[in-house]
Amino acid sequence: MYTDNIDTDRIIPGKYTKTLDLSMLAAHVMEDVDPAFASRFKEGDLIVAGDNFGCGSSREQAPLALKTAGVSIVIARFFARIFFRNAINIGLPVLEVPHHSIQMGDEISFNLADGKIVNYTRHEIYQATPLPPVMLNIMHEGGLVPYLKKYKDFILR
Amino acid sequence: MVSVDGAMATDTTAPLAIKAFREMGGVKLANPEWFHLIIDHAAPAPNESIANLHIMMRSFAAETGCHFYEIGSGICHQLMLDHHRVKPGEIFIGADSHTPTYGAVNALACGVGSTDLAAVMVTGKLWLKVPSSIRVNLHGHSLKKGVSAKDIVLEVVKQLTISGATYQSVEYHGELLHYLSLSDRMVLCNMVAEMGAKTGIVSPEGLQLPYNFEPVFADKEAVYTRVLDIDAAKLHPRISIPHSPDDVHDVSDYTGTPVTYGFIGTCTNGRLCDLQSAAAILKNKKIHPGVRLVIAPASRKVLLDAMEDGTLQILIEAGASIINSGCGPCVGTHDGVPGDGEVVISAANRNFKGRMGNPHSEIYLASPATVAASVLNGIITLPN
Repeated sequence: MYTDNIDTDRIIPGKYTKTLDLSMLAAHVMEDVDPAFASRFKEGDLIVAGDNFGCGSSREQAPLALKTAGVSIVIARFFARIFFRNAINIGLPVLEVPHHSIQMGDEISFNLADGKIVNYTRHEIYQATPLPPVMLNIMHEGGLVPYLKKYKDFILR
Repeated sequence: MVSVDGAMATDTTAPLAIKAFREMGGVKLANPEWFHLIIDHAAPAPNESIANLHIMMRSFAAETGCHFYEIGSGICHQLMLDHHRVKPGEIFIGADSHTPTYGAVNALACGVGSTDLAAVMVTGKLWLKVPSSIRVNLHGHSLKKGVSAKDIVLEVVKQLTISGATYQSVEYHGELLHYLSLSDRMVLCNMVAEMGAKTGIVSPEGLQLPYNFEPVFADKEAVYTRVLDIDAAKLHPRISIPHSPDDVHDVSDYTGTPVTYGFIGTCTNGRLCDLQSAAAILKNKKIHPGVRLVIAPASRKVLLDAMEDGTLQILIEAGASIINSGCGPCVGTHDGVPGDGEVVISAANRNFKGRMGNPHSEIYLASPATVAASVLNGIITLPN
């Protein structure tokens, strides 16, 4: 659980971004915000944040670091624009949920297609802002690389 | 869906974009004539892995025939505008968050990440939503002594906040535009990134370019989600305090705060006029003992111009260290990482914790004049 305005410099500091070795990114993800992140985080865990998660630079290394670390989804009230696009493009699930009462340790499931989030711990259901169809299609293929490999062009319906 | 008129990537974003381009099955660029690769973020390479990424960029440029800018050429945004790679009315996509800077020339420019950029490289197109707009009216016919476009944009960042323009376009209007240079306009658009905006654009009144162009004006009946009115003539020098660009105050509220490191440069404030404003303050003086000043000219052209008119001589005699034209220490990769507990006063655009490479340092953001006045005294100082 994180606060508002977690910027990309804190998700993955600039000094670590100049690499194609994704495990290097994952090793340092969130270390300035939460030094215990690497030791506490288990694959499949999710991140819940406030407003404007991922603000700052355009570095795609930020969502890549989170995905490589095993983050299953990032839920925020809203995302910074470039981070939001980057996450979808690399196949990291993200949902904007204006109202929820998820607490640390809650068990949840999510459905990107209808934006429904089920909180099994609290027996609650939350509604995310639906992803636009183009983003859903990109996510459906696992990201923009497999999407363009398949379709060769953007398919807007 | 838009067809783009230009696109670029830097050594932070190009390696991942090239990798994604190849994985998408890309062989030829959609158009090598409008694609640019720039080595500016960590240049010259500070270590072997970055040196190898630079090699990857050089060979990709040679293979595809795109435009390539070697280390020392300058910062991507300065180069795109200096070389007229983006013109009024065009749509430009850059793999760098400060790409909206080109709104200075009345163009629509958006920052994206590496995979979006790869899609542009393959298809020449990108999907974008039409953003709603925020209108900023800049009133007045002049600025107070010691006040510059940086102080104006810091005020706008304060009012809109770090997320206040998310997914939106920030449009600048008002009578002050007639008195603003291209550099000033670049500053105003550059920091819309710190408002979360998709793009920033300056209405073309007063815009002068060395070629003929068709200006694009806002629709008369345009609807705005928010309108800010700023009396620029009454504005005092502004400063953004650690650790968020929108935590903006009057410099006078922070005068006396000790600093050990000043930085002038970046796509925000590394142009000739910025170096000149620092030189006007530092002429025949020495920066305070125990304080250092690092200057990164925004491009080789800026460096040469500052050499020719004597600006560089003044700055070096005052004790400044001139580093390679490029992003310099702004990204925290090389060229001057602050130490633990150090306080930096910087003319850059971001002061997030750890931005300059050390989460145990503090960064204040201000105009080049405020930075120069502060390093002269070793404490935050008003430039007038």
